[in-house]
Amino acid sequence: MARRKILFVTTDQQRYDTLGCNGGTLARTPVVDGLAAAGIRYERAVPQSVVCMPSRSTMLTGQHPTTHGVWMNGVPLPSDAPSVAAVLRDAGYRTALVGKAHFEPFLDPFLRFPENALARSGTVPVGGPHRGFDHLELATHGPVGPLHYARWLASEHPDAISGFYRVLDAAMQVNAEGGGDTGAPQVGVNPIERGLYHTDWVAERTIAWLDGLAADDDWFCWMSFPDPHHPWDPPQSEVGRVDWREVPLPAGYPEQASERERILDTKPRHWRLWYDGKLVSNYEAPAQWVPATLTPDQVREVNARNAVECELIDEALGRVLARIAERGWADDVDVVFTSDHGELQGDFGLLFKGPYHVDALMRLPLVWRPAPSAGVAPAVVTRPVGLVDLAPTFCAVAGLEPPPFLEGRRLPVHDADATDRGFDRVLTEWDSELFGTDVHVRTLTRDRWVVTTYLPGTCHDGSEGELYDLVEDPLQRVNRFDDPALRSLRDDLVADLRDHLLRPRVPRLEVEAPV
Amino acid sequence: MIPRRGSVRRQVRVARPAAEVWALVGDPARLAEWFPGVTSVTVEGDHRRVATAAGVTFDEDLLTVDPLARRFQYRVTGGLFHEHLGTLDVLDLGDGTCLVVYATDADPATLALVVGGAAGAGIERARCILEGARPVGWGA
Repeated sequence: MARRKILFVTTDQQRYDTLGCNGGTLARTPVVDGLAAAGIRYERAVPQSVVCMPSRSTMLTGQHPTTHGVWMNGVPLPSDAPSVAAVLRDAGYRTALVGKAHFEPFLDPFLRFPENALARSGTVPVGGPHRGFDHLELATHGPVGPLHYARWLASEHPDAISGFYRVLDAAMQVNAEGGGDTGAPQVGVNPIERGLYHTDWVAERTIAWLDGLAADDDWFCWMSFPDPHHPWDPPQSEVGRVDWREVPLPAGYPEQASERERILDTKPRHWRLWYDGKLVSNYEAPAQWVPATLTPDQVREVNARNAVECELIDEALGRVLARIAERGWADDVDVVFTSDHGELQGDFGLLFKGPYHVDALMRLPLVWRPAPSAGVAPAVVTRPVGLVDLAPTFCAVAGLEPPPFLEGRRLPVHDADATDRGFDRVLTEWDSELFGTDVHVRTLTRDRWVVTTYLPGTCHDGSEGELYDLVEDPLQRVNRFDDPALRSLRDDLVADLRDHLLRPRVPRLEVEAPV
Repeated sequence: MIPRRGSVRRQVRVARPAAEVWALVGDPARLAEWFPGVTSVTVEGDHRRVATAAGVTFDEDLLTVDPLARRFQYRVTGGLFHEHLGTLDVLDLGDGTCLVVYATDADPATLALVVGGAAGAGIERARCILEGARPVGWGA
C-alpha cells in the first residue's frame, strides 16, 4: 500500500446516533456524512474504555487499558509508552496534535505534566517530540488552565472568558449548577463569538499547521475537538439552530419515572444508586447532581445543545478539508473520524458517563474515508471493531508493518474482510477507585450480544452481570444475564471474555489527580 | 456521593538509613529538592510559603517537625482549601532501609488527590535522589 497523509479527527463524548449517516436527525452533519458515503462507515465501533484518558491512550498506543496502564482518569500515560505518532514520525511523517490530548491529568497546580507545561514555551516540545508529536497546540473544554487555547484567550480575548460555564464548583467538584432555559446541569449561556470558541480555534490552528507544511510532506495530524463533551455551552449565537422545545425525547429515555426505575432495577445496583444520588463512581459526573431529578425538558435542551456542538464540529471539519483540497492533497489524504466514548444523554434518565457499558457510551461514530487515490470502495462494516484498531490502521495507511506493541489490527474495509480476518469480539474495561468507592467492569461485545461482568467492589460481590441482545433489544432495556433460557450462551460469552482478558500491567500505575 | 473530605496516602521504601532520609524530607526548607514543580520555598518560624511552576502559592503552617519520631506535619491555609493536613513519616525498618509515608487529608477531597498525587511522585523522586538513581516520574 502506498504511503498517504492522515487526518485523524476525534471528538469527545459523541454518540453514534448524533451523525446523520448513522440515523441522527437533530444535528446536520453533511461533512462527516459525505466522508461516510465515500468511505467506510462502522456500525459497531467500540471503545476499550468509556472515559477520556484510558480511551485516548488506547488510540495513541494501540493497546488496551490493561496493557498501557491508564486504568482510570487521573492516571497519566507513562512518558515512555508506545505511540503510533512516534512510529509515523520515525518513518518520516510530520506529526501534530491540535486540540484535546488528555494523556496526562488536567488538574496540575505543580505543572508537573508536559502537556500542561508546554504552552509556556510554545508549540514545539523542548528537547524533542512529545509522544511522537513534533507540534502540539492544546485545548480542553473551557477557558481556564495552562493549555494553549486558554492562554490565547486570556491574552487576546480576556473578555470572552467569563461567558463560559464554570466546569468546577467551589469544592473543586464537577459543577452541578443548572443553566439554560431548563436548569439542566452543565448547560450554560455563552456569549462568546463563534470564531473564538474552541471548536473553531482547533480548526484554525490545524489549518495553520497544515499551511506550514511542504507540498510533498507526509503528515499525520490528530485534530481533536473538545466538544460535544459537557459543559454544553456553545456560542449563544448558534444555539437557535436547534430549538430544544421541538426536540423529541430520545428513544433511550423512558419518560415515566416508574418505567425508568423498573429498568434500572434490573441492572446491577450501581445503576440505581447513581440515579438516586447515592453513589458517584466517576469524578466527571457532577457529584451534587441527582439524576432522578432530570426532567424531560432538560433532556431536550441537553440534546439540542449537543446537536449544535456537533454541527459546529462538522462545519469546522469542512473548513479543514477545504484547505486540504486547496493544498492539492485531496486525493492523498485518509480521514478517520471517531470519538473517545459516548454520552448517556438522557438514556435511562442519566447524563454524562460512568461504569455503564451500553450503547450510549459504547457505540461510537467511526468513519474511515481512505484517500481517493487508494481506490477503496465505499462500504458499511457491521462487525465489531475497536479503537484499539486505529493505530494499526494508521500504520497500514503509511505503508508500515505494524510494530509488535499493537494489540489491534487494521480496520476491515468491508464485512467480508472483517469475517476473513476474524473481527469477532471487542473488549471494554472500567476500573475506578474514588475516595473509597471502587467499581470494576469487564465487557465483551460479540456477534449480537454484549455481556458485562463485575469484579468485587464497593457495591458488587462479583456475581453480577448484564447481557443484552443488540438486535432484539437495541436500547438494552432487558438484562438477560440471569435468564435461564440463555444460561448456556451467557456462560460461553463470559468464558470467551475471560479467555481474552489481558495480563494487567505490574505494578499498577497510581492515580495522580482526579482528571 | 463524593465526600467533602478526602484522604490519600502514598509510600515508598528507600534503601537508605532513616536518619539520612529524614535529613532530606524532614527539612521544611529542602522541599524544592524533591517535590515536583516546587520552584521556591521560604521558611520563617513556623510558617512556610511554597511557590509552584504554575504560579500557585501555598501558605502553610508547620505543625510538627519531630526528628525523634521522624514526623513532619503541616497545614495549607487559605486558598481553595477549607481544611488540610499533610503528614510525612519516615519509619525505620531496622535493616538499613526505611519507609516514607506521605498522607494528605483535605477538604475539598479533590485537592487531597491533586496534592497527594504530587506527593507520591515527590517521595519517589526523593528515593531516587537518596539511592543515587536517575529521577523518574512526572516532574522529575
